[in-house]
Amino acid sequence: MKTVFVTVGTTSFDELIGGVTCPEAVQVLKARGYEHLVLQAGRGSILPAADSCPHIRLEAYRFKDSIAEDIKQADLVISHAGAGSCLEALGAGKPLLVVVNDKLMNNHQLEMARQLHMDSHLLYCTCSTLTETLRTMDLSVLQPFVPGQPKKFANFLDKAFGVQ
Amino acid sequence: MAFLFGAVFTLILICLLFIIRLYVVVKTGSRYKPGARGPVSVLVVAGSGGHTTEMLRLMESLSAAYSPRHYVIADTDRMSEEKICTFESSKHADSQFSISRVPRSREVHQAWISSALSTLDALRASMPLVYRLRPDVKVSIVFVESVCRVESLSLSGTLLYPLADLFFVQWSSLRDKYPKSIFLGRLV
Repeated sequence: MKTVFVTVGTTSFDELIGGVTCPEAVQVLKARGYEHLVLQAGRGSILPAADSCPHIRLEAYRFKDSIAEDIKQADLVISHAGAGSCLEALGAGKPLLVVVNDKLMNNHQLEMARQLHMDSHLLYCTCSTLTETLRTMDLSVLQPFVPGQPKKFANFLDKAFGVQ
Repeated sequence: MAFLFGAVFTLILICLLFIIRLYVVVKTGSRYKPGARGPVSVLVVAGSGGHTTEMLRLMESLSAAYSPRHYVIADTDRMSEEKICTFESSKHADSQFSISRVPRSREVHQAWISSALSTLDALRASMPLVYRLRPDVKVSIVFVESVCRVESLSLSGTLLYPLADLFFVQWSSLRDKYPKSIFLGRLV
């Protein structure tokens, strides 16, 4: 069963949770073959009930210790622009659509999502363009993401500090 | 009068000597190779949330030669301690580490003026900590800018850029703006 996982991290982002569960968005997801929607809703005031979207299988929770398993099970991840969530989804090799919360001004986390979008590692939209983006998006344009390389940092330090 | 003059002169001299000493220590820090004499004691200043995750990814790559590891976290940070303990117990069999807490110098959204006061409070708590954990007279400062900084440095990064011995950035656009910085690609 094709699954979409939506994550808002530790923030509250009702506009995204509401937007992705509205009838139009659900219809578009269904048309694309997604039948299962898992929501990590964080501190938001909306936590949709399992039967609130009649045409799609829906699960919603606020927090889990790790969202790694939900990401692994997903065929598409829709995330807020948080650096941690973005890196986790891309690191797992999942197609990622970042929805920017344009109510947050000067949010430096946007810098990274924007850059990763320019490098074609993720798709990028706002809540008002979410349904349209889901309808028209082409996941095949996404470039594979090379994970960060902490070992390079370790080797550099070893050399600088003379560690054998 | 002569006594007063002498006292002031002595005070100025002590301050001057202290500044010279500090300058010498900071300047020679980068040529100092602590690893040549065995394990390197590390003081790790963790942020919170995603930044602690970033820090632990970097720590994970370091060999067992970097030991013991003293973590410093903010007193209002509830998540990081658990993350650090989980990481330490999974990575090192004979874990040598400690966790210390200091008052946070600035909460997210805190006003700048009250940040100045809370920063002083954090500084007051940090001084004895650095003194207690200090492994050696010469200390190297390694700063890694967060991966979420693409176009501009964070406040911590801006403050430490002139002081750090090794200053890492994770995007080439920052390397171009800050010539002293080291760019090895994305690290986390």
